[in-house]
Amino acid sequence: MRQQLEEIKEKTKKVLEENFNSEELNDLKVKILGKKGELTTILKEMGKVSAEERPVIGQLANQVRDELQQVFAEKQQEIKNKELENKLKEETIDVTLPGREMKKGSIHPITKTIMEAEDIFIGLGFEIAEGPEIETDFYNFEALNLPKDHPARDMQDSFYITPEVLLRTHTSPVQIRSMIEKKSEIPLKIICPGKVYRRDDDATHSPMFHQIEGLVIDKNIRMSDLKGVLLTFAREMFGTEQKIRLRPSFFPFTEPSAEVDISCVMCGGKGCRVCKQTGWLEILGSGMVHPNVLRYGGYDPEEVSAFAFGMGVERIAMLKYGINDLRLFYENDVRFLSQF
Amino acid sequence: MNLSYKWLKEYVDFDLTPETLAEKLTSSGIAVEGITNLSEELSDIVIGEVISCEQHPNADKLSLCKVSDGQGEYPVVCGAINVAKGQKIVFAKIGATLPGDFTIKAAKLRGVDSEGMICSAKELGISSEWLLPEQRDGILVLDTDAPIGSDAIAYLDLDDYVMELDLTPDRGDCLSLINVARQVAAITGSRVRFPDIAFNEVITESDKGIDIKIEAPEDCPRYVGKIVENIQVGPSPFWVQNKLRNAGIRPISNVVDVTNYVLLELGQPLHAFDYEQLQGQQIIVRRSKKGETIVTLDEQERTLDDTMLLICDAARPVAIAGVMGAENSEVTEKTQTVLIESAYFNPVSVRKTSTKLGLRSEASARFEKGINYEQTKVAAQRAAQLLSEISSAIPHESETDVYPNPIERARVSLRFTKVNQLLGTSLTNEEIKDILKSLQLEMVEDNGDSVIFQIPAFRPDLRIEEDLIEEVASIFGLENIPVTLPYGDTHKGARNTEQKIRTRIFEVLKAAGANEIITYSFINRNHLDKILLPENDLRRNVVEVLNPLSEEQGVMRTTLIPGILDNALRNHNRKSENLLTFEVGKVYYKNGFPEKTELPEEEMKLSVFGRGRMAGDWKNKAEEIDFYYIKGMIDALFSSLKINDIEYVPANDSGEYHPGRCAKILLGGTFIGYIGELNPKVADNYSLSGRNYMAELHLDTIITSCEEKISYRYLPKYPGMNRDLAILIDDQIRAGQIVETIEKTGGELLRNVEVFDLYQGAQIPEGKKSIAFSLQFQAEDRTLTDDEVSIIIEKIKQVLEETFAAKLRD
Repeated sequence: MRQQLEEIKEKTKKVLEENFNSEELNDLKVKILGKKGELTTILKEMGKVSAEERPVIGQLANQVRDELQQVFAEKQQEIKNKELENKLKEETIDVTLPGREMKKGSIHPITKTIMEAEDIFIGLGFEIAEGPEIETDFYNFEALNLPKDHPARDMQDSFYITPEVLLRTHTSPVQIRSMIEKKSEIPLKIICPGKVYRRDDDATHSPMFHQIEGLVIDKNIRMSDLKGVLLTFAREMFGTEQKIRLRPSFFPFTEPSAEVDISCVMCGGKGCRVCKQTGWLEILGSGMVHPNVLRYGGYDPEEVSAFAFGMGVERIAMLKYGINDLRLFYENDVRFLSQF
Repeated sequence: MNLSYKWLKEYVDFDLTPETLAEKLTSSGIAVEGITNLSEELSDIVIGEVISCEQHPNADKLSLCKVSDGQGEYPVVCGAINVAKGQKIVFAKIGATLPGDFTIKAAKLRGVDSEGMICSAKELGISSEWLLPEQRDGILVLDTDAPIGSDAIAYLDLDDYVMELDLTPDRGDCLSLINVARQVAAITGSRVRFPDIAFNEVITESDKGIDIKIEAPEDCPRYVGKIVENIQVGPSPFWVQNKLRNAGIRPISNVVDVTNYVLLELGQPLHAFDYEQLQGQQIIVRRSKKGETIVTLDEQERTLDDTMLLICDAARPVAIAGVMGAENSEVTEKTQTVLIESAYFNPVSVRKTSTKLGLRSEASARFEKGINYEQTKVAAQRAAQLLSEISSAIPHESETDVYPNPIERARVSLRFTKVNQLLGTSLTNEEIKDILKSLQLEMVEDNGDSVIFQIPAFRPDLRIEEDLIEEVASIFGLENIPVTLPYGDTHKGARNTEQKIRTRIFEVLKAAGANEIITYSFINRNHLDKILLPENDLRRNVVEVLNPLSEEQGVMRTTLIPGILDNALRNHNRKSENLLTFEVGKVYYKNGFPEKTELPEEEMKLSVFGRGRMAGDWKNKAEEIDFYYIKGMIDALFSSLKINDIEYVPANDSGEYHPGRCAKILLGGTFIGYIGELNPKVADNYSLSGRNYMAELHLDTIITSCEEKISYRYLPKYPGMNRDLAILIDDQIRAGQIVETIEKTGGELLRNVEVFDLYQGAQIPEGKKSIAFSLQFQAEDRTLTDDEVSIIIEKIKQVLEETFAAKLRD
């Protein structure tokens, strides 16, 4: 019997050296170790073994069984690994085929620019104010220190609805409306984004365009604060290396007034075609709010001071995204829009 | 205005290159837009004399000349008809360069040597626009006293830089050289040189006189008339022509040129009348009568109203004050005596008149900005002086100056603390005073903390304290103002609720794959017909633009549909067939305007449009955009805005939609817009082939009912149960009706009903459809049993059978 056990052990080990798939291996395992397997059959003969030999043979039998089980387990693992390997090989796909197409939407570059500017100014403590696009002469001109027959009205050729009502030529009337609404409260910090309209239509002018107006009223607001806020804006919008330059200018609603340039976003200030070799790009108008305007808004210019600024969104967007043709904004070609 | 760098130097000394001057002027508030170097391409050009001029032996149209430059004589072949012996001409010697990269070389022309070229004005880069008629063809013939051999570039004042000024409306003073010179003096610390006025010869006694009467002193505070006799009208000498040309004014004749010269030099517009044409030796300044007419110098008959100011003689109007003279008293070749008018007209009056007449002139541009009221007489004298210098003219010794109520110089007080407070600077009192004094403001009172300045007559723009602060800032330099941030109480910045929701709408629609578009707020009125709006549709209640650029922009839109359809066509024409777009923008209704409301009504709307296919790829075929696609987008939008109470009701009352494929959208029972397929007739009107789908919603209503707060609902603790239900039902019965019935019957335990299949075709009888629902049951407090749910299902089946004659399918 001892011999039988040794034989079956050796025989099985030898057989297992050959190739099997996992099913064949299982069959073999049953054949050797199963309830009716060869090993079991041998062990059934245990009764015939003498009482003295029985413990020794028993121990041997257990040993052989454990050993064979171990061998089967190892073989099984080996086969499993091999089979998985084969399966993975068969499942190879062409990873260079394009990914599943998803329709990508977009936000118009003008809206996107406005939202970005809004976020910058919100960070600086501004609120966002809005107002009507069809305005009275009073809010659009008169309260902004632009009485009828003021030569500066020439700067803005307007679309009229009636002699007293027009499409707003700038977002500045929102300033006046906000001031009146605020009832002389301070501080007032707002930006007013929106559509504006002027009678101009050529390669560099659109009869409808967008502006963002800003206004800060408080005790002791200084022109140096205007510089600080605009420098912060320029750096957030166009990059931390930005510089700004103020040039004296004229707007009826501010005194002193200044045009603001940023260092050219194309050449960084070295001079190129875009900045006409000056290194600077004009992006907005600004100044200290004219005392008459403060009075119209219900504020006392002896008590508070204020700065205001206004910029063209199209201009900012063109500089930011390198767009060279204003008309693209209103053609809404999806091939253009999809890039934003 | 074009500023001559060379001419400016006659009035102020400075040591700045044109570029540096431009920079300094710009940073002081006089913006220089560009600089043109007139001699950039010119070199080695001298004044020559034609010593002899003969016919070229071998060419009919060529002359063979001998030209002297004072040192040598050169044979020159010349093709100009007007070349003649004895002329002083512009001679380009061998090696000279001319515009267009042109270098003069020795040549043989038809067998004859030619060593240089006699130049025409065009060859020197002078546009014929700036030339007298006789100078436009052939060679340029110089004045007889032109010095032979000297530099022709300097003689023609082409050794100059033209600086293009972009003046702001408040700095009308810088429409003159003398005031630009004052600014330069303030920047550089230099002094202004005013031209000396002196006469060689004057007429002290003459029967020619003028009586001036101002009947409208408010419109014309001052009027000076000066008579100049013995005139011979003819061309001006080159030095006058050159200056006008470089400033962008065409030389005409000595009399006209002198008035323009003084206009440019002193900023005082002048007018020269032919004295002999003035009737009654009289000038009357009065308001026009309504309907009065006058033929102006440009040969146009102008009809006036009763607000305009006229200059008249004893019988008739001879000029529109400050705007343009009349033909009837124009200076001609025969004129021998002129009356020079130098006046100060009310800026507003001139502006109104020139605007009404649509007539702008160099004169009106200056008057309407306010000129120097103290220079009126000097300007007339200066013109007389120049006329006598360049022609045989002799001025009268004195002039008539009518100035009934002399204008007082303005006084403006300034607090030093206010300057630093407003600018954020720390300038000393002395620094501030020095800056203002450098601008020729006179300090008339010094109160320690504040001062009073008297404003010179040439700076009418300085009226209030802030104006002076601006001057201080400009001369001090804005670049020298520090950079700070506002201090004191600050609020937290934020978007308000409405703005936040709008931002969310943009994000949702972008994520859904739509491209935002922005179209014009004005549209052509015919769009309302093109989209088949019924006659009584509220959207026909449009606001009209009084002065549109074209009919295309004639009315304010009441709907976003035309814009989005026009855009669809544009994209279609550019081969972008698959479109999914949206626009958020205002529409405008006339409503009670202007009778009952101050302004028209404005409303924010949202439009969504789709046509063609969605994204497809090698694996999945592109899905066609249909009604349900757009509806899905709208549903996703509502769901992300936490709006649940939405109902779609079939509608056929809006012309722009397909009558069988359109729904009204109700939010809590309130109408908020339409969704549907574009009416094929409308599609045809816009040349949009195929099927198009869209929706237009009232955004304001949506925003007000939008729930900003998200309230979390507990996940169920107990398992729910799903059951499917398929029925065969009459085709006419809408899914919405069935779902509603199921929901009502299902009671509390029925959590959700969804349509998961719809089938018509083989095996389904004509006029019927098979529709399948997935029902989800759920109890909060227990695990549902099969029996419980089966009872509900049975009840639903029964009700569906009774209500819709539905047949169950297995």
